[in-house]
Amino acid sequence: MLPLQQGPGHLAENVMHFGRVLRSAGMPVGSDRVLLALQALQVAGLERRSDFHAVLSACLLDRIEHRELFDQAFELFWRDPDLQGRMRALLLPRIEAKDVQPPVPENRRLGEALFPPRGEREEPKPPEPDEFEFDATLTFSERERLQKADFETMSADEWRQAQRLLAQLRLAFEPILTRRSRRANHPGHADWRATLQAMARHGGELWSLRWRKRRSQPAPLVVLADISGSMSRYSRMLLHFAHLLGHADARVESFVFGTRLTRTTRLLKSRDPDVAVAEVVRTVQDWSGGTRITECLHEFNQRWARRVLSGNATVLLITDGLEAGDASALAFEMERLHKSCRRLIWLNPLLRFSGFEPRAVGIRAMLPHVDRFMPAHNLQSLAELVDVLAGPPTPQRVRTADPSAA
Amino acid sequence: MSALPKSIDDTAARLLEHDYVADRQLATVVFLALKLQRPLFLEGEPGTGKTEIARTLARMLDRELIRLQCYEGLDLAGAAYEWNYGRQMMEIRLAEKEGIGRDALAAELFSERFLNKRPLLQAIDPRRSTPPVLLIDELDRADEPFEAFLLEVLSDFQITIPELGTVKAATPPIVVLTSNRTREIHDAVKRRCLYHWVEFPNAARELQILQRRVPGVGQELARQIVAFVQRLREVELYKLPGIAETIEWTRALMELDALVLDPQVVQDTLGVLLKYQDDIARMQGSEAARIIEHVRASSQG
Repeated sequence: MLPLQQGPGHLAENVMHFGRVLRSAGMPVGSDRVLLALQALQVAGLERRSDFHAVLSACLLDRIEHRELFDQAFELFWRDPDLQGRMRALLLPRIEAKDVQPPVPENRRLGEALFPPRGEREEPKPPEPDEFEFDATLTFSERERLQKADFETMSADEWRQAQRLLAQLRLAFEPILTRRSRRANHPGHADWRATLQAMARHGGELWSLRWRKRRSQPAPLVVLADISGSMSRYSRMLLHFAHLLGHADARVESFVFGTRLTRTTRLLKSRDPDVAVAEVVRTVQDWSGGTRITECLHEFNQRWARRVLSGNATVLLITDGLEAGDASALAFEMERLHKSCRRLIWLNPLLRFSGFEPRAVGIRAMLPHVDRFMPAHNLQSLAELVDVLAGPPTPQRVRTADPSAA
Repeated sequence: MSALPKSIDDTAARLLEHDYVADRQLATVVFLALKLQRPLFLEGEPGTGKTEIARTLARMLDRELIRLQCYEGLDLAGAAYEWNYGRQMMEIRLAEKEGIGRDALAAELFSERFLNKRPLLQAIDPRRSTPPVLLIDELDRADEPFEAFLLEVLSDFQITIPELGTVKAATPPIVVLTSNRTREIHDAVKRRCLYHWVEFPNAARELQILQRRVPGVGQELARQIVAFVQRLREVELYKLPGIAETIEWTRALMELDALVLDPQVVQDTLGVLLKYQDDIARMQGSEAARIIEHVRASSQG
């Protein structure tokens, strides 16, 4: 390691401050990265502004998504001497000019990072406390009724109880064999390393062979949830369900779509399912709006499929499939999606109507490209979904997902 | 072994000497990686010259290139070391015959003699006189547990073998990691590296690359090819053509003695440039003709 020398002026301080700005704008910049940047700056020299930018980005950036934010922060931070004044202007509420475009969200986030408003920071509202103590001893008939009640028509209390019941589902995931192995007690592949270690300990005597077997892991899941007006309650429950799966065992990626596609995996990371789902609803702007299934599927196929569908993922697509647009384009996107995942399960709440027949053009276009077509309008149907996710072979690991115990 | 470059300009110039046309930002990152002895993590679309930078560095600094191609299930036995079980067995039998004691045998059996060295261990072999260039290619193809194996190598340039002890490089190798980003690499790996996203080159740089990589290509053909490919990258295709494809395509066109682009020859050779049937179907016929028209118009105008 090169010794860090304090150059003339306040470069070190400024770089440190810049790192702090990036951090509060949401980029994971540790102090080790800042130290590295300072070392690098000494080595590279400071002749050109573009080099300075290149050095800082090599050291402080670690994923391409953050580059735009980084560039903006760089521009703002390292150029304008009257930074504070500018940021203040950016953050001041514009009362007289209402038709002026609001600042771009990135700028806003940056603005808050560069010049945090003191004292009056808006605290995120805590989730409303449960108003009544939940009676854990539901009677059998109540349980039965809840199992079959439609999410759409549930009262607030029933909704909350349904969530509790959902959390009690016993989750099992279809095990997928990986190419890694672990020690085993039964003959399979010989573990020569362990065997020879044992032999060496026993003076070359071959007591018993040691074995290894293939390790398995739960199949990863990708949830694509339609959040347009007609679907929003079902999708909300499905997001709870996705949250549950993610905290049980499986790797879960989740996306929601209405008029555009939004990745919500990170938002669902929060321990508390209510907080997590509320966070998704808060962030996603097109909640309960219209839907453009084809465009959103296209975007998913184009931008995300190659990144999240590796490793034999199962895709849960929840939508009513009522797409007004071009049916052949929709069929094309569905086919591509189907071909790039291991299993495509379509959850359609319309199936709750007993006489449902796939007449809509969109639904007919999508149907040939799914492996399973299932309802998802009540707890019972979600329980069936769990069975399907557990896969045909007998599950090896069964775990109850209970967020409070986690 | 040649000396390390002295400045960013020097880095760019020496890369250019070996036919690698790097933009300023890439040259900066490479220079820093060499100077600070940090691994270099390159991410970007396939075919943008990530692997090539490692090869060029090896040639430029006159060092051996050790390549570790990643794949799912790659483990320590494939990446770092494995004990030579056959020879160990043999040793046990010999020891029995010669009446060597237990403790001596146990100590002997797991000594360096019986170690098969794989790329990672080869790269940090302390007996090396010149440190090599270690290329860990397409890290995103390996599964996540493998990344954990790399952490020790990347931060301390050492590998701990439980039976033997720690092997540490006398001089750190130059490490280049590449990823096509089919999945996210863990932060712990990235944190130990310098990060650079390799972009598609702009037209001027792509032309320069083409002239260096395919000597003998006609000026007009090269210019048209670059203009065509640059336009193609603006179309929303499933897989955009990289520089590797541009170079391949140029070679193909030269084999066919094409002097300029025309719709027929483009149609016939589109498979060199585009690798998905949907993309080819989309570009065939009128769409390709339209771009060629545009390319020609811009050259006359």
